Amino acid sequence: MQSSLPENLIKIENNLKSLTRTRSIYSFLSIAALIAVIYSGLIVAETGNATSIWVGLPKFFDYPVDLFVGSWEYGYRWNLLLLEYLPDLISTINMALFSTAMGTLLAFFLSIFSSRNLIKSKTTVLIFRRIMDICRSFPELVIALVLLYLLGKSALPAVIAIIIHTAGALGKLFSEAIENVDKNPIEGLESCGASWFTRIRFGVVTQALPLFLTYTILRFEINIRASTILGFVGAGGIGEQLYTNIQWKYEADTIAIMFLLVSTIIALDYLSSYWRKSLIGLKS
Amino acid sequence: MIKVEKLNKYFGDNRAVNDVTFEINKPEMIGIIGRSGAGKSTLLRIMNRLTDATSGSIFIEGRNILSLTKKDKRAWQKDCAMIFQQFNLVPRLDVLTNVILGRSNIQGTLRSSLKLFTKDERVDALMALDKLGMAETALQRAETLSGGQQQRVAICRAMMQQPKMILADEPIASLDPLNARLVMESLRNIHREKQITVLANLHTLDTAKNYCDRIIGMRLGEIVFDDVPSNLKDDVAREIYGAEAEEAFEPTVTSTSLGDEQFAEAG
Repeated sequence: MQSSLPENLIKIENNLKSLTRTRSIYSFLSIAALIAVIYSGLIVAETGNATSIWVGLPKFFDYPVDLFVGSWEYGYRWNLLLLEYLPDLISTINMALFSTAMGTLLAFFLSIFSSRNLIKSKTTVLIFRRIMDICRSFPELVIALVLLYLLGKSALPAVIAIIIHTAGALGKLFSEAIENVDKNPIEGLESCGASWFTRIRFGVVTQALPLFLTYTILRFEINIRASTILGFVGAGGIGEQLYTNIQWKYEADTIAIMFLLVSTIIALDYLSSYWRKSLIGLKS
Repeated sequence: MIKVEKLNKYFGDNRAVNDVTFEINKPEMIGIIGRSGAGKSTLLRIMNRLTDATSGSIFIEGRNILSLTKKDKRAWQKDCAMIFQQFNLVPRLDVLTNVILGRSNIQGTLRSSLKLFTKDERVDALMALDKLGMAETALQRAETLSGGQQQRVAICRAMMQQPKMILADEPIASLDPLNARLVMESLRNIHREKQITVLANLHTLDTAKNYCDRIIGMRLGEIVFDDVPSNLKDDVAREIYGAEAEEAFEPTVTSTSLGDEQFAEAG
């Protein structure tokens, strides 16, 4: 069969063969490397642990039992605790809402300048991608701790921390969405002499908007959890209340706050998956 | 009027357009034929400034349009409307907005971004749509239309640009026979009524012979034929198409040369 092919085709055929061979060697090597890394990591972890997991396990259940016993003893007025902590919950949700909105806005600008199909200059794309990487690589908690030290205890450091992280994380997803849009409509607009901004407004945003919104809603969910956790380190809201009450061993209050948090997050899960489905068009 | 001089475009070592020179002295309907990869699309894309040429020049009324930048370049793109094989409409926008966006160069960024269109623009767009029998789809999303309908909308958008010439890159390659015929006829009408040059890449010989006053044949980036259709002999055409000759000559594929019988059936 090969002998009947013209010379240039034989060359291509041989190239293909050697390419496939290298590819399978590489994938085999990377799988082997992965297994080795995981295995050595397990050995290191085992030798590094101070105590075996079995010693701590029985104690693990003591605290939850205390919590429920405490709440039971508190009596029927427990319901009022829910109302008492509602304002804190709302302030946490507000923090998440505001920082998601601002972060999304920032993410949008970052993502445009880090999408290769919109920006011709490779350096610009590279710089903006690194900016997003840096924003994303610091967890909210780390940024917030630094800012709390600098700005003092308030909601502001937490909000800034979440905005920075959201801008980086969403920006990355947004730019992926932008790079996946069909380039034909953009080209169509370009051929009419439309400006760069008009091309983005109609060629890109109309196509990527459903994905943008989906990611944003998902991020809002994550940010509610983040702003709760940041309350632990002094950013206010329901997280701070939870932390204080755990410290003081107010079992009833702790349970009330946990109840509020869990139900909010479950409600939001349902709500956001409903939004997302109606955006994609699964629901009419 | 239009003078293309020693136009070259290299993609690495590959010469997509090789030393192309031709002139258009009066409004003509020109078909560019050739097999896939002959450089037809690249040539049109260079003329519209979607792709930059490696070297050479294109003079339109004495001005080298390849040296234009930014605003001037976009003003030229407005003057030289382009129609694509894949229609290139904005899928999630309604038909009317798609058509009005043909004016985005004149409207300015702010006005078109906010969709602040004038009544005149809406009227013009509707009239253009009505001319091609598409007025009743004006408020539908472009993505809900069939291929043939989308191409007609794309022609309306091109007309909204009030162009001085029209470039059509394989305008009928993804259409069914009936729509292919509609599209070619409307291009022909535009050429006749507005007295502007239409330069169309056509894959099939028959279409080019039926609708064009002049045929340019391209092979491996070079112009190998440039004359009236009647002078295109079969052996020359065979050479232009190379291995794709059978397909290009096949009358059932050429789609636009329907007998009346078939036409009635399709309608």
